[in-house]
Amino acid sequence: MSEPADVATTKGPLIYRQSIWTRATHWVWAICLFFLLLTGLQIFNAHPALYIGQQSGFEFENAILEVGAFNTPDGPVGRTTVFGQTFDTTGVLGMSGPAERPVFTAFPGAVTIPSFRDLGTGRVIHFFFAWTLVAALFIWFLASFINGHIRRDILVRPVDLKGVPGDIVDHATLRFKHGRTYGPLQRIAYFTVFFILFPLIVLTGLSMSPGMNAAWPWLLDLFGGRQTARTIHFIVMLALVAFFIIHIIMVVAAGPLNELRSMITGWYRASPGTPTVEGDKS
Amino acid sequence: MSGLITRRNFLRSSVLAGSGLVLAGCDQFDFLADKSGPGRQIMERANVLTYQAQRALIGSQSLAREFSASEIRQGQRPNGSTDPSTPEYLALKAQDFAGYTLKITGMVDRPQAFTLDQLRNMPARSQITRHDCVEGWSCIAKWTGTPLGPILDMAGVKPGARYCVYHCFDNIQRTLSGDILYYTSSDLIDAYHPQSILSYGLNHQVLPVSNGAPIRLRIERALGYKQPKYLHTIELVDSLDSFGKGRGGYWEDAGYDWYGGI
Repeated sequence: MSEPADVATTKGPLIYRQSIWTRATHWVWAICLFFLLLTGLQIFNAHPALYIGQQSGFEFENAILEVGAFNTPDGPVGRTTVFGQTFDTTGVLGMSGPAERPVFTAFPGAVTIPSFRDLGTGRVIHFFFAWTLVAALFIWFLASFINGHIRRDILVRPVDLKGVPGDIVDHATLRFKHGRTYGPLQRIAYFTVFFILFPLIVLTGLSMSPGMNAAWPWLLDLFGGRQTARTIHFIVMLALVAFFIIHIIMVVAAGPLNELRSMITGWYRASPGTPTVEGDKS
Repeated sequence: MSGLITRRNFLRSSVLAGSGLVLAGCDQFDFLADKSGPGRQIMERANVLTYQAQRALIGSQSLAREFSASEIRQGQRPNGSTDPSTPEYLALKAQDFAGYTLKITGMVDRPQAFTLDQLRNMPARSQITRHDCVEGWSCIAKWTGTPLGPILDMAGVKPGARYCVYHCFDNIQRTLSGDILYYTSSDLIDAYHPQSILSYGLNHQVLPVSNGAPIRLRIERALGYKQPKYLHTIELVDSLDSFGKGRGGYWEDAGYDWYGGI
């Protein structure tokens, strides 16, 4: 409080940006998604192929992705076939590890939990964190509808769409606006995660449960079959990984200490010139 | 100022801790494979939650999807045991299962034994359903058999019985101390489900050995490891503790969840 008065104009106000609900669920999801991804890859390794339709084609072709190890005259290789195109992925997919002791799993042990083949354990951990993720999602939606976070920051309004080109230029030139509410690209990103990707990955996950198929048969019709649902589940996983990478790059580019502080304490340093309101700190 | 420094240090150490978690690799969590560990025990509670939630959500009579004949596009993929080598099974197979009986034992008023001909002459049900392996693949086939529920009623299930234990002929695992025979179990809701049939026919043929001849139980709202092949005895019990490692089945003993509907 003894700081000079002009600090406020050069630094921008310190605003209370993230509620306890947003902060708590954020870190719960961070942990959940870490375990869900790595156990998900373990589960995928039990049958490393993705299909379109109700069933898996063993005597007909409906696979869009297959990962495997194959013997060649020059020794075993890892191969990945995507949409009929086959690539040599030795060292990454299908076959990995040291040359004298290779491991023939689709995804290498470095990115699976457990690091060795154990489908049962992978499923136990996956479902534990799936329940946790859904519980946090429920709490976040409830709290964010009530406290206005969804309306204020997440919903994409027409004015936000108009602001997209300008926001892209700002991001490309690393001129970030730290406002009181989320910017156009931020809204689109978080709207996509909360209203498209999270619901999709939960529903496609449920579509793989034979019990849920009996309870909610419309799941099979919505996604075009259990094996298509499994494929969509995998693709949404890739989209969430892409979101995570961009998310981390943006946190680093936009000022990691300020961004992390807002997600831990709730307090966020806005850009200079942001109008001050009651409750802000300087 | 000291408050700010503390906060900054806190942030810095959280970043370091977070990146350490990612860089350390995943053998950090291999301890969760130990089924007796406390972390694993807590996580397995989620399987109980799944079972209870699905039992509350899914009506006891609601059916697994049945498909049209045109959806049968391939043979039923065999998995697990495909050619049991126990002496009892080989002897029965040599006689085309003429001497086979299915026994209903345990907590029943009238223990029963049915020959294959008796089972084949009971009211039959055919269903074209999707078989989902825990590994992730699915296969659609037509299964023909007689519903289990009326057979259990013939035996008269005692009020205290809570589970059916399904004993099978196949030596799924051969160890130095002898063969481990396949078994699994279900609650009575799955046992009495209208699509739970003792199948003896597959895709208009006699059920082949690779798919569980002479009798395979179908529990259509669960994964493949809950569809016991080479079935010879159904035992009604009030506890699963005394079988195998007490988790209710061969794969369940190896860490798979007991309910199997997810």
